[in-house]
Amino acid sequence: MARIRTTVDGLVYEDDVEPRMLLVQYLRERLGKTGTVIGCDTSNCGACTVHLDGLSVKSCSVLAVQANGSEVLTVEGLERDGQLHPVQQAFHDNHALQCGYCTPGMIMQSIDLLGDNPDPTEQEVREGIEGNLCRCTGYQNIVRAVQDAAQKMKPGASQAAPVGGGA
Amino acid sequence: MTTVENDAPAQEIGRDRRRKEDRRLITGRTRWTDNQALTGLLHISIVRSPFAHAEIGSIDTGAAKQVPGVVAVYTASDLGADAVQLPCAWPITKDMKSPQRPALAGSRVNFAGEGVAVVVARSAAAAKDAAELVEVDYSELEPVLDMEEALKEGATLVHPELGTNENAQWVFDSGEAGSGGSAAEAIAAAEKADDQVVITRRFRQQRLVPVFMEPRSTVVDPTGEQLVMWSSTQVPHILKTMLALTLGLPEHKIRVIAPDVGGGFGGKIAVAPEEVVTLLVAQKLGKPVKWTETRSESLLTAHHGRDQIQDLTVAVTKDGVIKALDVKLLADMGAYLGLVGPGVPILGAFMFNAIYKIPAYRFDCTNVFTTKTLTDAYRGAGRPEATFGIERMMDEVAVELGIEPMELRKRNWIKHEEFPFTTVSTLTYDTGNYEAATDQAMSMFDYDGLRREQEERRQRGDVKQLGIGISTFTEMCGLAPSRVLGSLDYGAGGWETASIRMLPTGKAEVVVGVSPHGQGHETAFSQIIADKLGIPFDDVEILHGDTQSSYRGLDTYGSRSLAVGGIAMVKAAEKVVEKAKPIAAHMLEASEDDIEFTAGKFSVKGTDKGVGIADVALAVFAAHDYPEGIEPDIDAHATFDPENFSYPHGTHLCAVEVDTETGFVQLHKYVCVDDVGTVINPLIVEGQIHGGLAQGIAQALFEEAPYDESGTLLSGTLVDYTLPSAADLINFDTANTSTPSTTNPLGVKGVGEAGTIASTPAVVNAVLDAVRQYGVKDIDMPTTPFRVWTAINSAKGTAGRGDEADVASPGAGLGSTAKDMPEGGNL
Repeated sequence: MARIRTTVDGLVYEDDVEPRMLLVQYLRERLGKTGTVIGCDTSNCGACTVHLDGLSVKSCSVLAVQANGSEVLTVEGLERDGQLHPVQQAFHDNHALQCGYCTPGMIMQSIDLLGDNPDPTEQEVREGIEGNLCRCTGYQNIVRAVQDAAQKMKPGASQAAPVGGGA
Repeated sequence: MTTVENDAPAQEIGRDRRRKEDRRLITGRTRWTDNQALTGLLHISIVRSPFAHAEIGSIDTGAAKQVPGVVAVYTASDLGADAVQLPCAWPITKDMKSPQRPALAGSRVNFAGEGVAVVVARSAAAAKDAAELVEVDYSELEPVLDMEEALKEGATLVHPELGTNENAQWVFDSGEAGSGGSAAEAIAAAEKADDQVVITRRFRQQRLVPVFMEPRSTVVDPTGEQLVMWSSTQVPHILKTMLALTLGLPEHKIRVIAPDVGGGFGGKIAVAPEEVVTLLVAQKLGKPVKWTETRSESLLTAHHGRDQIQDLTVAVTKDGVIKALDVKLLADMGAYLGLVGPGVPILGAFMFNAIYKIPAYRFDCTNVFTTKTLTDAYRGAGRPEATFGIERMMDEVAVELGIEPMELRKRNWIKHEEFPFTTVSTLTYDTGNYEAATDQAMSMFDYDGLRREQEERRQRGDVKQLGIGISTFTEMCGLAPSRVLGSLDYGAGGWETASIRMLPTGKAEVVVGVSPHGQGHETAFSQIIADKLGIPFDDVEILHGDTQSSYRGLDTYGSRSLAVGGIAMVKAAEKVVEKAKPIAAHMLEASEDDIEFTAGKFSVKGTDKGVGIADVALAVFAAHDYPEGIEPDIDAHATFDPENFSYPHGTHLCAVEVDTETGFVQLHKYVCVDDVGTVINPLIVEGQIHGGLAQGIAQALFEEAPYDESGTLLSGTLVDYTLPSAADLINFDTANTSTPSTTNPLGVKGVGEAGTIASTPAVVNAVLDAVRQYGVKDIDMPTTPFRVWTAINSAKGTAGRGDEADVASPGAGLGSTAKDMPEGGNL
């Protein structure tokens, strides 16, 4: 067992974990953060994407012990005072989800993408989320949502909100 | 009492409402089955066969039992799992051969991945660790992999006890049915006629995997009076009844819950062996037990789809009028029969004639057992196969006859003034307008402009050649009229049920028998109820997926939820209004005959007196004053059994760029105009089309589940089973025409499967249209760069490296062979 201390969605946790435990297992099984889900076992699908110290990672490809001393942000930590993050809002507005299983990872990756590139073209969005698989939407409305969020998050836009970042 | 005011709510049907479902899903407040955490919950891992076909010798569980945290290790016989007969609900012929399908194999495994033992532990990780330590002694048998070989005399038998690898043969002949002529006679006559030709082609439908994003998961809690099963299923009601029948459990002692379900696409229409094993373990230990599969387990053992060899023969006049169609299919069932597996190819029997007036038709399908994962429903189920066959064939006929492919289709399709039209396969299409959808699609696509560009690129000898593909499709969905299902020997009906509970505060709880897994039922159904009862959209709650609240239903598949389940809701709403009428009349001190109901208000004709439906709901709750002889209750329940299928149709046009140097196919433009009848929510309809297109296009370009010569699945991870990513697809231009269905009061048709059914042949026709100029005749799906490159170079006679090409890494694409790569090159 190894002792780790992490901040997840703004709360500090200290736990003993098996060295082999994946971050996604830690989030789901130990912290009850079941908003983050597992879709594959080869790091292809991206359903488990979270932010680790402000950068998107597939939490199935990170050991819990690697998150020691770090800040983790999951889809459950995005709302602020009951207000959806602009990317969450854009997913709703643009019908960018159907079954919703890929959605948490897709949203976290999209936020990371907009942090790097605040005004992406359609092709840049497509390439920026290609590590996240969706089986329901054909991606068209996801791409539309990310571009819509980009517009809403521009400085001076009415619905300004911080991009990504820790809790 | 209120007076009627002119404040009728805006019509909800047709509005692009944002979904009610979204809030939970975008904030991570979800209830996937694997999220379920119960006190004392145990986890199981299933020990699976690495061999396709083998006798099981001894099983040594000693080492596994020593792993800390392991509670028990069971073989099949320990649980009685080998004696279970998992159900097949569709015996397509009286003499269909049906093997026993156990929950765990006892003496012989029949596909790689079949379960032979189960480990129970305090954590999923401990269970997996221990499962690795279970030693199983196998004696390998010959695998059975090729359908044609499997049917030959002396072939190795998957199930020797059946005496054959043939599951069943199912034949429809329009000459015998009286719905048309004899295809055999028409083809024989065409062979002798100077003005006709006979064209024969073989197409291959590759094996696919549905790949719902949420891996399957089941939790069983046996501690209550009712045994509770949470499962990631499309069919909680069917599952409940089938568990009772299969395991001899009292049906009223079982409760099945489908909580949030992350996609299905047909892949979760099942009574899965793992569901049964989880239940048996929970019963044996008296503790709640969870099973959640890994993605690799899912790809290996959840049912696959498609996998057919199609031999089509068409007799056609030289000016392009089809005289006969003969279809001969081999359909791979895999090792066992799934819940509806044998019937899947048979659904295609009614659809090969598609939108065309074909005077003579024969369909002859033989289902075959092999030592592969079983096949069953996958989005479209039988209809994508048929649509692919006929739409590929229409292009082949057009090429043979030198007729423009859309022109050929026009010469044969049913004209809009000919509806309702009874087809050669005995279905009656109620409505449609193929001309309107096609005209709009051609215009949106700029068909003529793209044809000109195609010609210019050919003239210039561009490296990137343009191909244009067409698919003018229809399909039958809204499964299904119960009597039709009965005539096809299906084991259940096709009705659907809905109940409406009017709460004292005027809100409505609507209990439905269909079971969503991404479709947006809660939103679309709320829109319908809001209109029918005249209450606000937000005052409607749709309850589903729990057999305790929704005790009667037949679940979600076959694009039936709206076209069948939605109509049950309409009927229930009508009953609510009928029950409320005498009470409203009593409240208004008027005769019931003088009461009319509009926009949520009961009013007295010719006066301004009225009460709202919420007032009536409160009145029957109080029940202080209501008419004699009437129960104080306006709740209602309705079951709707459709009289016909629904027949959405559309015209799909695809342009691709084929890189003739690498074989890479790039989608260039995709336009589709679909007629799905009345649209309840255009946003949801568009989303369904988008997703359907992506899956159909993926069959054409990307996906395949191949097996090696020893019967091992080669696409057992998402590295190898290549789902398209956002970067592999483009924006689709979609639109709708609408000829409302006349067989249901909403005028709706199904939409869930349309995109998948239509798109595959449009893409493959486009790929071939780009490369036929080099002499390419056909390319098997998926048309990967490797296959396209090989086809071009073989046809040109410049391949010369065909054998070398075979050593290239499958799926590596780009047409490179190992020898092309520099030392240490990385494919």
